[in-house]
Amino acid sequence: MALSASSPWVALAYLVAGVLFIMALRGLSSPATSRSGNRYGIIGMTLAMVTTLVTHGVASLPEIIGAIAVGGGIGFVTARRIKMTDMPQLVAAFHSLVGLAAVLVGWAAYLNPAAFGILEGAHIAAHSRIEMGLGIAIGAITFSGSIIAFLKLAGKMSGSPILLPGRHALNLGTLALIVGLVGCFTQVDDLWVIAAITALSFGIGFLLIIPIGGADMPVVVSMLNSYSGWAAAAMGFTLDNTAMIITGALVGSSGAILSYIMCKAMNRSFLSVIAGGFGADSGGAADGPAREARPWKRGSAEDAAYIMKEAETVIIIPGYGMAVSQAQHVLREMGDQLKHAGVNVKYAIHPVAGRMPGHMNVLLAEANVPYDEVFELEDINGEFAQADVAFIIGANDVVNPAAKTDKSSTIYGMPVFDVEKAKTIFFVKRSMGGVGYSGVDNDVFYMDQTMMLLADAKKMVEDIVKALAH
Amino acid sequence: MDFVSILSIFVMACFVGYYVVWSVTPALHTPLMAVTNAISSVIVVGALIAGAASGSAVSKWLGLLAVVLASVNIFGGFAVTERMLAMYKKKDKK
Repeated sequence: MALSASSPWVALAYLVAGVLFIMALRGLSSPATSRSGNRYGIIGMTLAMVTTLVTHGVASLPEIIGAIAVGGGIGFVTARRIKMTDMPQLVAAFHSLVGLAAVLVGWAAYLNPAAFGILEGAHIAAHSRIEMGLGIAIGAITFSGSIIAFLKLAGKMSGSPILLPGRHALNLGTLALIVGLVGCFTQVDDLWVIAAITALSFGIGFLLIIPIGGADMPVVVSMLNSYSGWAAAAMGFTLDNTAMIITGALVGSSGAILSYIMCKAMNRSFLSVIAGGFGADSGGAADGPAREARPWKRGSAEDAAYIMKEAETVIIIPGYGMAVSQAQHVLREMGDQLKHAGVNVKYAIHPVAGRMPGHMNVLLAEANVPYDEVFELEDINGEFAQADVAFIIGANDVVNPAAKTDKSSTIYGMPVFDVEKAKTIFFVKRSMGGVGYSGVDNDVFYMDQTMMLLADAKKMVEDIVKALAH
Repeated sequence: MDFVSILSIFVMACFVGYYVVWSVTPALHTPLMAVTNAISSVIVVGALIAGAASGSAVSKWLGLLAVVLASVNIFGGFAVTERMLAMYKKKDKK
């Protein structure tokens, strides 16, 4: 062993790794600096891993290298192959792995406390037991919660909420029991205590996420992101490791802030999202007297092509429907053709568009849309009054004026795009039947200046591109 | 290190995290999640300690399994972030 684990140089190395992680996030303040930020993250991780290996007795290096190679290979190939539209479920799957790794590390530390230096006499130090118990609990919740989030996002499980009777009492009771057991663990370090904490936490993670609807997933994914950070931080306390503590705090705050941004963009409280039940398939349609047949106009791809070519400014508002039909590439082609015709094309993105924060931005970037043509809600909302065309593709609730005017609406108070101020509105939608996930009817469908383009988003935009070529 | 110094580092890091994350541009929120995912796998440190130690065979195998899982995340997380960030381009200057 070259260095002892307690040497100040080791602590310094972990601290440097922590600082490199801070710089990795700092780089993301602009796309221009983001890639160097990612490199800092890689250097920090390498430093943390190498430091650990040189300062601890390694019984069998080939086994360790083998484990890293197997995991790294799987991770790398997955990252290369994954489609950008599948990014939300990939992130959820990755969260689940962090959670499970935290649980395993906690168990390993429990079974071999000497290796972790957490023994006080013959027993594990009491404060280490609290940290270990919390780390295992948060890790297990992150794991099972992320599995459910993954299944919902990947469409392998219905996105609609599953509501168990008495779920609030059940959930709160289980959480209280877990906290009680962690307390108990400081007194009794028997195997059954830690096993019970693990089992109950797996259960509660599952119960917490099944009542949450598919459209609330941006909040859930951010929240699980936050949990995975707190789990790492708790383990960092157990191991007195500054790199883990700094990272845990960073990731924990990052996820918490993203959850807050998402909730604010939907005008919902975090508690109401967590309580779940929103976006149920039934219910929404029944409470709206607005479902009577109102006149609306159907447009064609040729109409859209003709009007947009003559326009001065076109603002495109993409939503989850664009991701579902993979329309981002052909949408960019449409944008290019319009730009060639001298039209000023801009993209407007709502914070909760898609299934995770920034989902639409990634898809547009994938389709080579320059990021300086893509605008956030507050930056572009003033421009609809001067815009000739608002082109809505796969979005619905984020353009619903009911959020501004109808106090009884479930989406009232949510910030939305002022599309109704544009001279012409094209609304690409699969059919008139479906409404947004909130189940609220949208007055925009029936406005004088609105033309409904009813088709699959990709097919419709392809037709518009063909029509523009003429 | 005593508990209070560790706690101080944690609290300060929470504040740093708060300010750094608010400065992240919303357009990069998806890469942010991917990269935080990768760095939270620093939990691999604990996994390596367990996997490298002799003493308890069960603990060692749990540690090695955790190393595998965390490595999926580390390599996958950084690679997918790199891939996404490479796609963000500015308008071509004509």
